[in-house]
Amino acid sequence: MAGDLVKAIADLHEEEALRIVEARLAAGEAPTKILADSRSAMEVVGKRFENKEYFIPDLIYSGEILREISEVVKPKLKQADEIKRLGKVVIGTVAGDIHDIGKNIVTFMLDINGFEVYDLGVDIPPEKFVEKIQETKAEIVGLSGFLTLAYESMKETIGAIREAGLRDKVKLMIGGGQINDEIRKYTGADAYGPDAVSAVSLAKQWAGGK
Amino acid sequence: MAKTPEELFRERTKRVEDAVQLKVPDRVPVGPLFSYFYATYAGITPQEAHYDYAKWTAAVKKTVIDFEPDMVNNPRMVLLAPGPMLDMVDFKQIKWPGHGISPNHTFQFVEGEYMKAEEYDAFLEDPSDYVIRTYLPRIYGILEPFKKLPPIRIMMIGYGVSHLIAALAKPEMASAIEALMKAAAEAQRWRSTMSSLEKELAALGFPLWAEAIALVPFDVIGDYLRGTRGVMLDMYRRPDKLLKAIEKVLPMVLQSGVFSAKVTGNPRVFIPLHKGAEGFMSLEQFKTFFWPTLRRLIIGLIDEGLTPWLFVEADYTSRLEIMRDIPKGKAIYHFERTDIFRAKEVLGDVICIRGGLPNSLLCTGTPQDVRDYCRKLIDVIGKGGGYIMDATALIDDAKLENMKAMMDFTKEYGVYG
Repeated sequence: MAGDLVKAIADLHEEEALRIVEARLAAGEAPTKILADSRSAMEVVGKRFENKEYFIPDLIYSGEILREISEVVKPKLKQADEIKRLGKVVIGTVAGDIHDIGKNIVTFMLDINGFEVYDLGVDIPPEKFVEKIQETKAEIVGLSGFLTLAYESMKETIGAIREAGLRDKVKLMIGGGQINDEIRKYTGADAYGPDAVSAVSLAKQWAGGK
Repeated sequence: MAKTPEELFRERTKRVEDAVQLKVPDRVPVGPLFSYFYATYAGITPQEAHYDYAKWTAAVKKTVIDFEPDMVNNPRMVLLAPGPMLDMVDFKQIKWPGHGISPNHTFQFVEGEYMKAEEYDAFLEDPSDYVIRTYLPRIYGILEPFKKLPPIRIMMIGYGVSHLIAALAKPEMASAIEALMKAAAEAQRWRSTMSSLEKELAALGFPLWAEAIALVPFDVIGDYLRGTRGVMLDMYRRPDKLLKAIEKVLPMVLQSGVFSAKVTGNPRVFIPLHKGAEGFMSLEQFKTFFWPTLRRLIIGLIDEGLTPWLFVEADYTSRLEIMRDIPKGKAIYHFERTDIFRAKEVLGDVICIRGGLPNSLLCTGTPQDVRDYCRKLIDVIGKGGGYIMDATALIDDAKLENMKAMMDFTKEYGVYG
């Protein structure tokens, strides 16, 4: 039965997944076990995304199925079971830019891969990044931007992080529409990633290195 | 003897048309996709570009005269609409400089679920009614009262005008109409400013790239109606309705492209591609939801004697073989992140290829970097014709010396022997 749920979610069979969850709850199973299976399923989804069998629509759909399951299961939880996190990531779309599709995917992928992600949203001024890094003691920062105006905003954000004396305490990754390795050099970031998969592998590499 | 502007106009047009028809032109055409660059180059802010028509037209003119592109990226399309009009209609689908965006930044689209999933049926049943009474009031504050209009088609029955008159009697409707009339006057001022600019540019010998736009049917649903998230979920939850809606939209976009092209006499039709890219859907989904209606749009335009110019944003490398399936020598594919060298291999004998010079290089590289990259593009993609030099994306910012290097080098090195 447990295997069924993992497979149903991973194969994006929404109705079947929800049916299994209802049945298991009705049979008196612990909600934490259902959530654990859901997480295993999301790991499969993440792997398939890495292997280019799944794409953004699949991620969004699996996220939607997961949200529905959580809605059913969460009220039955006695206490939130603490999940061990690999590390903390502060992420946001830089000042002047309001695009968030790519950033949301990266946030989602980091989250299901075990990171605590603080997503600041879009059009985030440098000082907000600095504040959040100070507040959360995050060791990884992701800057997103879709337009060429993001070049300057990223550079300024990284400058502000440096001025706040945090540059040595964080690893910085950048990505989005017109971003590439050229812009990594220009902005002074540690790495550029072309997609959410590379964001996850960078974060894992960096979190492991600590 | 110097060429007259008329001769230059014809020469530039022929240069582009030769490239489109996969003939070898006299040299590689170069007419960069200037966007807010017009403003930054002339020293005005994007906000001034949107609000001060005289400054904007002067900026465009200065840029064109200084860089002498073979064709001019249409300054109307750059702004989408001028600021005063956007204010007057209270447009909610974009934010623009001075209105939700800093005065120094470009207008940007506001993602949203502008049509709800349960509204597909209403849209499919009577799209015009849906647009007037549901969609427009949602995206234009000024049209909010249109929600209260009676169903449009009941006016056909009996003394149907009575329904309309009754609706117009409401005070909020009267003020909406009044506000629309004001916007119409402003639109007139904008149009006449822009058409004098276009006439001036033509008199100086510079044609416009395009004056007509047609959107990809899938993107119409995904960008403007359901939003990215909505349309992606629809591919799983309600694929049949999505396909029906896409089918419904196809004749609308075809009509809009043909209409503008015929009115202006400019055969090139700009088609931006958004959500069919690598990563944004699987190849299977591309074949099901994106390409078939896009292909019919392309062919519909070609059948009308027009030249589709696809602006292929993001990466479509794995779709190139599929996208090859259109008539030969009739269209331009302008690539952003697609492997353009592979595109030349796959499409080079069928479709004119455009783009390839990374915007990042224009912004942060040296003139020598730019020249080296242009040389590679001209040598490989330009080989045997069928290539138009351009940046990979819209140009908002660029170092001047780099922009100049791109233009000068292409005009010199791009000459076919």
